[in-house]
Amino acid sequence: MPLVKIRDLHFYRGDRAIFDGVNIDIHQGKITAIMGPSGTGKTTLLRLIGGQLRPHRGTIEVDGQNVHKLSHTELYELRKRMGMLFQSGALLTDLTVFDNVAFPLREHTDLPESMIRDLVLIKLQTVGLRCARDLMPSELSGGMARRVALARAVTLDPMMIMYDEPFTGQDPISMGTLVNLIHRMNEAMELTSIVVSHDVAETAEIADYIYLLSEGKVIEEGSPVKLKRSSSQWVQQFMQGLPDGPVPFHYPGTGFSDDLLSPEVSA
Amino acid sequence: MMETIRSLGIWGLNTFERLGRGHLFLLHLLTGIPALFFRFSLVIQQLYSVGVLSVFLILISGLFVGMVLGLQGYNTLVDFGAEESLGVLVALSLVRELGPVVSALLFAGRAGSALTAEIGLMKSTEQLSGMEMMAIDPIRRVIAPRFLAGLISMPLLAAIFSAVGVFGGFLVGHGLLGVDDGAFWSQMQVKTDWFDDVFNGVIKSMVFGFVVTWIALFEGYDAIPTSEGVGRATTRTVVHSAFAILGLDFVLTALMFGDE
Repeated sequence: MPLVKIRDLHFYRGDRAIFDGVNIDIHQGKITAIMGPSGTGKTTLLRLIGGQLRPHRGTIEVDGQNVHKLSHTELYELRKRMGMLFQSGALLTDLTVFDNVAFPLREHTDLPESMIRDLVLIKLQTVGLRCARDLMPSELSGGMARRVALARAVTLDPMMIMYDEPFTGQDPISMGTLVNLIHRMNEAMELTSIVVSHDVAETAEIADYIYLLSEGKVIEEGSPVKLKRSSSQWVQQFMQGLPDGPVPFHYPGTGFSDDLLSPEVSA
Repeated sequence: MMETIRSLGIWGLNTFERLGRGHLFLLHLLTGIPALFFRFSLVIQQLYSVGVLSVFLILISGLFVGMVLGLQGYNTLVDFGAEESLGVLVALSLVRELGPVVSALLFAGRAGSALTAEIGLMKSTEQLSGMEMMAIDPIRRVIAPRFLAGLISMPLLAAIFSAVGVFGGFLVGHGLLGVDDGAFWSQMQVKTDWFDDVFNGVIKSMVFGFVVTWIALFEGYDAIPTSEGVGRATTRTVVHSAFAILGLDFVLTALMFGDE
């Protein structure tokens, strides 16, 4: 049985359908990637799974519980078992690295400060930032901030973790570090990971299963190898990053020659 | 014509929707207040940034307002040979009106705008969303301590404003214009009533503190999470707070002193 089960998901922003009957299964212990072009609602999907947004139709079950039927308290109890890594890191800017990672422990447990210290140092050691514990978030690079956020996301030892565009805007070294960390943590902590991304190479490297989304629907799904061999032109364009194809390079409109020969001159 | 009516309708609906959201927000944050008495350190941190950091502004402003009151009051009273009542005039003006109102306006400009900007930026940098996903309610953890700090700070700041203002009036009245100091203080003590004047002034400042902090926090929480959105929200905080303070001051004054 999948850990996250999404059925017939419909979600709209105004008249625009972000999701139009999406079905997704996230299996326990696996890294599942949700990919697609910008604006396809990948981040929205994570917010729907986390219960921050409500679907207009359909259901989302996490660990057998319908997320949107839970009471406020039940939802917060479920969230304690779900980690989320935001694209920006979402670190609390007035707290040090150490205090950021300790934050969920101090809020949710009555552990003594000495034990909190040990737990935080273990998590920071995992992401390689134990010695950066006294830095403020403003002193961190983008990659370091995400690693701190990752340490914070796993502080309560969640059953699953959601990554929102973890590789965007990273230099090759930071990207390699994050790819490695996500893969290693998923195995070592027996996590279930959902990675939302449009960085094809990095995501395909660690994902066990990929869903490709476009225009509110799942266009293709399967293992990275299966997707790379897909006969769909759209999938090939996305996976290989081709500039032209089913998703055109030119914004739709009148032909170039017609435009040049047109007598209309803008004022 | 139809277009005007339509846009008026949209404006009305949006305003009422925002008002509704604001009240739900208030209810939500009030439910978080009792828990703060067990974690008062959260409030103390905010008392520093909301209250203590506003003290200097309040001190300087209060002193000058009091000095101006001393000068203006003396010039009027001396025509009637009543310059010894200067203490009463300065004290009543400050305790009943200028103390609560001016300090609330200054509080809105200094602490209110800072609260809106802080919460708005926390929203735009996903810190509030991040807390929600860590199963921590940001309204209870972040907003409620700031609200309580504003509620506690405002009457204290107004009291400081009035006290310093009275001292400023005394400096000008006695030091510069030669009003007898015994008459200044004794008339003030005799004519200023503890309940009617001081207590009512404190109630006013508590109401202003409640409203200004509520507006500031809601504007930040409801801001569009962009730099422009946060900027607009900050402006709205100062403007709406000023309207609320002046409007409520009239209502409260009518209720408290209307039958004299």
